[in-house]
Amino acid sequence: MSASGESGTAVSVTGASKQFAPLVALGDRIAAALGGSVERRSVRAVDDVSLEIARGETLGLVGESGCGKSTLGRLVAGILPPSAGTIRICGEPVMSQGRRPRKLTTRVQTIFQDPYASLDPRMRIGTIVAEGPVHHGLVASADAAAYAARWLAKVGLDPDAVPRYPHQFSGGQRQRIAIARALAMQPEVLVCDEPVASLDVSIQAQVLNLLLQLRRELKLTMLFISHHLGVVRHVSDRVAIMYLGRIVEIGPAETVYARPQHPYTQALLASVPQLVLDGDAPGSFRPIAGELPSPLSPPPGCHFHQRCPVALPRCSIESPQLRDAGPGQAAACHLVASR
Amino acid sequence: MAEASPLARFWQEFRENRVAVASLAVIVAIALVALLAPWIAPQDPYDIGKLVLADARRPPGHAGSGGYVHWLGTDAQGRDLLSAILYGLRISVQIGVAAGAIAFVLGAALGTTAAFLGGRAEMLVMRFIDLQLSFPAILLALVLAALLGQGKWQIIAALVTAQYAYFARTAHGAAAAERAKDYVEAALSTPMPARAVILRHILPNSLPPLIVVATVQIANAIALEATLSFLGLGLPVTEPSLGMLIANGFQYMLSGRYWISIYPGVALIVLIVAINLVGDQVRDQLNPRLKR
Repeated sequence: MSASGESGTAVSVTGASKQFAPLVALGDRIAAALGGSVERRSVRAVDDVSLEIARGETLGLVGESGCGKSTLGRLVAGILPPSAGTIRICGEPVMSQGRRPRKLTTRVQTIFQDPYASLDPRMRIGTIVAEGPVHHGLVASADAAAYAARWLAKVGLDPDAVPRYPHQFSGGQRQRIAIARALAMQPEVLVCDEPVASLDVSIQAQVLNLLLQLRRELKLTMLFISHHLGVVRHVSDRVAIMYLGRIVEIGPAETVYARPQHPYTQALLASVPQLVLDGDAPGSFRPIAGELPSPLSPPPGCHFHQRCPVALPRCSIESPQLRDAGPGQAAACHLVASR
Repeated sequence: MAEASPLARFWQEFRENRVAVASLAVIVAIALVALLAPWIAPQDPYDIGKLVLADARRPPGHAGSGGYVHWLGTDAQGRDLLSAILYGLRISVQIGVAAGAIAFVLGAALGTTAAFLGGRAEMLVMRFIDLQLSFPAILLALVLAALLGQGKWQIIAALVTAQYAYFARTAHGAAAAERAKDYVEAALSTPMPARAVILRHILPNSLPPLIVVATVQIANAIALEATLSFLGLGLPVTEPSLGMLIANGFQYMLSGRYWISIYPGVALIVLIVAINLVGDQVRDQLNPRLKR
């Protein structure tokens, strides 16, 4: 184990950016050569993000769709190489450098959103769960079936699932299989990318409770990505709010939900439809004004200034940095310091 | 409860189509007699010493000088047509299966790898294959057969070169679709090496369309070989394949000696139709959009 691994930091993201250049096809190139206009701007899905997750901690990552939270998750999980910056898991770089970057560590594993797409339909469950562990020598191939059965039992599935195929299982069961596959690699960090978003509401709670129970049991560090504010509050120690590729606020879950400092966080929390129980108050909620700007041409300065109710002139010029806004809390807003 | 493997389920569904099962039986029967031709054929049509010119161009049912009946007649060299057809089927099946199998492996490897790598490698490979596919396969096979000369392996090489592109394009399309799916990303993020991901995940999931193409292309290879032999570019005269038997009998068609061309033609058609019928059923079963 490396030195920084023992210092209590499981995930450290330093200045990570990810841009997606548009695929310029041959026909487009010819069109461009002939004077046509071709989209060449790249999308900055993640823009200079730095954060740390302590061992055993769960960081919730929240934002509207298209804000880059899934891309950040994929950077941490070693699925995508960052365009700039570094990502370390327990002190080790997640991906190699070079033209064809490869993932180096098995210490971070991922749970994907759609359990109907994330399991190979032509593989038996036992092979799905044990494939990685056998390849990386965590278990001998002779013991693979027993090893898979053990992890399936841990996620609440019968060992007789081992010789069966994914199509024989429901969405909730498939997500349990996906969890077993990730945990069978004995990771320290688990990236959960909307792990319950595609499940029935009645199943969501079961899968969430399973994740919480396993996190406690295996002392897992988690990056929990969701657009659902309630779910994130339920599972997270700390939360980070993303807007157009940047983290606008980060802090302990209770504090951020109780005293949001960034106008975007405030608007996001206020926009959640509330159940009104005392009858006379009309059930109304305030949606955030305007649309999410195109990530192809984000507004200058603070990305949120066009929709911000308290924007100052400098907000459209100067991009605010994250600054302290209370114990453990930070927000990227020019107004925070003066407040 | 262990579930039946996909193969077992596939067979259960396949059994429901009687035409396909009958066609499969025909293919198995043809493959068997082709394999056993040297032991069940009354005559060795390749042994010129055993051919008797007095028996030439005899109609079906003629009792020849060799002491056995020529059930399908004889050709201009006095060959027993039944024996010649059995040996001809042997060559057709051998060449069709060998060319199909080699083209399958070559094309699938090329198409799947191109789809996995993406970028410039994918573009170069696939544009070249598109270019090749813009020429008719028969033209390419003709030119190659003329360049390479006669012989079994030369013909197989010509057929493989003409046909691998169909496999490559199909494999590329299927693999590109699978490459983008979450389970491939999950395997890569474990991490599993690219080779294992291609062989264990992408290829098995790209197989259904490839199997369909394979059945069509084996039938095409057999037809192409017959065409080349018919045109005199295939196998040497001493090893008559079905195409050459048809060509040899062609000149006698109008003089009433129909059997020299017709029976090898019937054998060829039965084989190709049977393969295509099985291929149709396989395609129907493997196409998820046609699933009931």
